[in-house]
Amino acid sequence: MRWMWIDQIVDFEAESRMVAIKNVSLAEEHLHDHFAADAKHPDAQPIMPACFIVEGMAQTAGILVGSVHRFREKVILAKVQKAVLHREVSPGQTLRYTATLDRIDTAGAATTGTVECRGHGPNDDSWQHIGDIELMFSHIDQNIAGLKFPEENFVFSDNFRTILRAAGLEDLAEA
Amino acid sequence: MNREEIFEKVQEVLEEALGADEEDITPQASLTGDLEAESIDFLDIVFRLEKAFSSPDRPFKISQGELFPENLMENPSWVDDGKFTDEGMAMLHERMPHVDFKDFDDDRDVNNVAELITVNSIVDFVDRKLQAN
Repeated sequence: MRWMWIDQIVDFEAESRMVAIKNVSLAEEHLHDHFAADAKHPDAQPIMPACFIVEGMAQTAGILVGSVHRFREKVILAKVQKAVLHREVSPGQTLRYTATLDRIDTAGAATTGTVECRGHGPNDDSWQHIGDIELMFSHIDQNIAGLKFPEENFVFSDNFRTILRAAGLEDLAEA
Repeated sequence: MNREEIFEKVQEVLEEALGADEEDITPQASLTGDLEAESIDFLDIVFRLEKAFSSPDRPFKISQGELFPENLMENPSWVDDGKFTDEGMAMLHERMPHVDFKDFDDDRDVNNVAELITVNSIVDFVDRKLQAN
């Protein structure tokens, strides 16, 4: 089972753009360690780790890239070109990832993306741009070295298809 | 566009794609040997070159394998025991006219061919392609 870092796809334009959201919850165990308040650090607060924000964007952009060839390619995150985040994200807030496909060819793809965040309180209820992430993906069966990988598409597992179905993208989920 | 202008744009592309310092991106610098490029960086460089040298009326498209030939090991008449055969060398000369092979004839090791791709190779490649357009 893949560890999913997006909850819902909220917008999709084929071969162009995908938008997904992630609700950050205190029920996620990693937040209890990142960071844990203790005697030495009594003011420590739970913060969404930046690496998982990058992973959320990678999953959003990866589905967008995979959908171009109807998930026949194994799409692997190959390079984080840029990842700039301007503020911390806390439990109770929602992240919105907007991934845009810049370029795709047989060997792989390049995407750019924005990260936004909003809370749900009276003073924190509008989307704020908090970062930009640029990624490169490889279609690993098309690798330069000619290496062979298992035939089964282990990248786009059932979890991804569930998310596609929930977004009303049944046609892609059954691809 | 003259070679100097092409070199400056290629330098910018390599700075962005490889995070390399401008002073290290000399014409003779090898992409893998000196600038530490990995295989995925080649795809990144291709995408960035397309963007840098395209104009609305003249798109600059690089097809797969055009700048960096792929699957060189697949044809047994090209490679024997890890070394390029005469036929393999002829193929390299034909498919990579932008690369200087003059010191490679004694070596011929397939593992070393990527090191021959220098900043100058990229400039040559772009120059030839722009002139052919």
